Amino acid sequence: MSGSMPASDAAPGPTGAALKFWLSRLTEAAITLWLLATLCFFLLRAAPGGPFDAEKSAPPEVQAAIDAQYRFDQPLLAQYGHWLGDVLRGNLGPSFQYPDYTVNELIAASLPVSLVNGGLALLLALAVGLPLGTWAALRAGRWTDRLLMFGAGLGLAMPKFVVAPLLILLFAVSLRWLPAGGWDGGWRSAVLPIIALSLPNLAYCARLTRASLLEVLGADYLQAARGRGLSEARLLFAHALKPALLPVVAWLSPALINVVSGSAVVEQVFGIPGVGRYFVQGALNRDYTLVLGVVLVIGAAIVLINAVIDLLRSALDPRLRDS
Amino acid sequence: MNRALTRLLLSALLVVAGDAAAQSVAATPDTLQRGNGPEPSTLDAHRCPEVACGNILRDLYEGLVTEDARGRLIPGMAESWEASADGRTWTFHLRDGLRWSNGEALTAEQIVASFRRAFTPATAAPFAVHFDAISNAALVQQGKLAPERLGVSAPDPRTVVFALSRSAALPQLLLLPIAFPVYLPAVREFGAQHTRPGHLVSNGAYRLAEWRPQASLTLERNAHFREPAAIARVRFQVTEDAASELQRFQAGGLHITETVPPQPLAQLRARFGAQLRISPYLGSMWLGLNLTRPPLRGNPALREALSLAIDRDKLTRYITGLGETPAYGVVPSGVADYRPASLPWASATQAQRERLARELYRTAGYSNARPLEIELRYNTSTPHRRMNLAIAAMWREVLGARVTLRNEEWKVFVGNRKQRVITQVFRGGWIADVNDARNFLANFETGSVTNWSGLADPGFDALMRAADDAPTPVARALLMQQAEARLLAQHALLPIYFYTSKHLVRPEVVGFEANALDHHPSRFLRLAGARQ
Repeated sequence: MSGSMPASDAAPGPTGAALKFWLSRLTEAAITLWLLATLCFFLLRAAPGGPFDAEKSAPPEVQAAIDAQYRFDQPLLAQYGHWLGDVLRGNLGPSFQYPDYTVNELIAASLPVSLVNGGLALLLALAVGLPLGTWAALRAGRWTDRLLMFGAGLGLAMPKFVVAPLLILLFAVSLRWLPAGGWDGGWRSAVLPIIALSLPNLAYCARLTRASLLEVLGADYLQAARGRGLSEARLLFAHALKPALLPVVAWLSPALINVVSGSAVVEQVFGIPGVGRYFVQGALNRDYTLVLGVVLVIGAAIVLINAVIDLLRSALDPRLRDS
Repeated sequence: MNRALTRLLLSALLVVAGDAAAQSVAATPDTLQRGNGPEPSTLDAHRCPEVACGNILRDLYEGLVTEDARGRLIPGMAESWEASADGRTWTFHLRDGLRWSNGEALTAEQIVASFRRAFTPATAAPFAVHFDAISNAALVQQGKLAPERLGVSAPDPRTVVFALSRSAALPQLLLLPIAFPVYLPAVREFGAQHTRPGHLVSNGAYRLAEWRPQASLTLERNAHFREPAAIARVRFQVTEDAASELQRFQAGGLHITETVPPQPLAQLRARFGAQLRISPYLGSMWLGLNLTRPPLRGNPALREALSLAIDRDKLTRYITGLGETPAYGVVPSGVADYRPASLPWASATQAQRERLARELYRTAGYSNARPLEIELRYNTSTPHRRMNLAIAAMWREVLGARVTLRNEEWKVFVGNRKQRVITQVFRGGWIADVNDARNFLANFETGSVTNWSGLADPGFDALMRAADDAPTPVARALLMQQAEARLLAQHALLPIYFYTSKHLVRPEVVGFEANALDHHPSRFLRLAGARQ
């Protein structure tokens, strides 16, 4: 990271400006992640109860051996220092609850599952939500629009812990088309969880697209284009859709984070070995290293996703590019 | 175009349906699909603290003794064993030709080495505490003596000898995973990762084939085990949520569930018939009392009044409702070689009990004008909330006590319970690790880490010590019964009910038998219609 700073007297050309921009983004990201990790570390330690508080506690001598092994016998600041040092070397530590695994291993096994499921859920939301939203906007005020928006409202309002068991009841228990849960890495066990993850996002995407498109369709420049005799289809695809997509693209970043990390409920109901349930389980078990590891990795993913979405938005909107 | 689209969708659904059928239990007839509750915390037999890992380890390993489908002790690695006349020396004779799952010979020396590892402080084995009867076990675990001083030895390659410092139900203890032989070359080579597929070497009917954390563990028949298991492959599925597990069973994804979510029994029976298996389980639910602080300290009349006012029949019929039995003692019936003690008014009617309760409440100095104010603490969960709400209502109704209910998240709750500072009445109870009355009663010994009530009764401790020193199992059981009676006479706890185990088992699973510890090793099961 250090030692590669650009020479200060280099000409501030376009590449220099870009480099400076990305370097400052990188610094910001590092500081954000460090603050996040530090805050989480001390918050976790401030919570009552610890990883070894259990119904059957170990005799004091044995507990002392365990404490020494996990450096719990050292002052909190020293523990923090050790942990931060390990993290900088890429070692998130051993899991307290699952001592057979390191946190690195647990995240390496679960994050891809969450990324693929979440990514596909979001793609499904876009693939269905965008056309439905567009259709509703073009039919604004008519019964198709009302029906679609009622459905979208329902999709948004129904919590996942209701939707998921309903999907299982219909497609697994009654129709027996798909498994009711469990994960074998095959696509069959992914279908229902992806749908359950996707539904609220699909609904939101449709509503957002409709609202945004309606606004654009009413804009002066489109009225002018209409006046020039452009067909509605041409109008839509060549002029209206691109600006109308801007809010949808902005929404992608929180949506992606939500489907990847906020899917603990869906993962638990379907028995999916994703990263979301480690947030909940890790917190309940006071599995300090696991929670911190997951927070750091998801935090880093959020920073990365935001950067990519910013790039996408600036590609769509020249005003953003110039500023 | 619409018709074409419909046809496309329909054919896609048919493909999905066909594939789903391929995944149900019917299509993989040589794989037993078992719901197993939460992710096992470890597959290191010495370190396994909970039910989830115990279930899997009992398939992977075999101890010196083992248990059959009905939970009876049967020979394991040892074909026979005997105890000396004073009960302090136990000799186990190993079978000929014992092998690890990698084909290597398994010797008495390796078994002894495994025990030594189990008791070193670094292993921090959660169940080591039950083995303090083995000579030097406690001192070795505390790091005060070298592991070689542990009272387990191998005079020859086919004999293991245990030296005890007091009498104990040793064969029952040897069923615990901590007594399974862990393959130390793998531990030395891979450290904490010796439990991974490809690294884990075991000696039971199955070997570990695959482990997907938070999803499933797959075991395959161990070709080196002396009696090949009937079922070729067992998949333990992580089923954290009981309601989801039930749906997976209904959809045909599981042969056996780990549990059954709380539902009215009649409804479950109507839906599942003979697939529903409910049987007595060695678990005892009681309310603990903080005996170190007022108002419960030095107030046996009040404690008895609180105990009498609880209508246990109502609780087991309407609140738990899955075959649980009202408890009037600490140790459930069904514990090996033991006749449990019981409260004197166990056979009285509830009306009689309530009359007596009101009298004692007054004797203790409480009345409508000066009601008892008491707090009932439990860990957050809907079934516990229902139970404690009902008990609070009974105390209010029968005695006029003012009860505050307080629920806490598990880790906070166990911490507070252990400290005995802010607790008054709290959720207690015990699920047996070992089929032995001592396992329940030791929770009330002075200085025990699980003595949440803070009872310090020299008379009780003396009876427990006398039981430990008893020369015969019969004398030991009698002394423990007296100890239990002493606990009950001073109302050191409020017994509530004895647990049941609950499973759903598909009809094609043959050989699933009820037993008190709820252990169901896969090697005794068979799948009707499967190719063997």
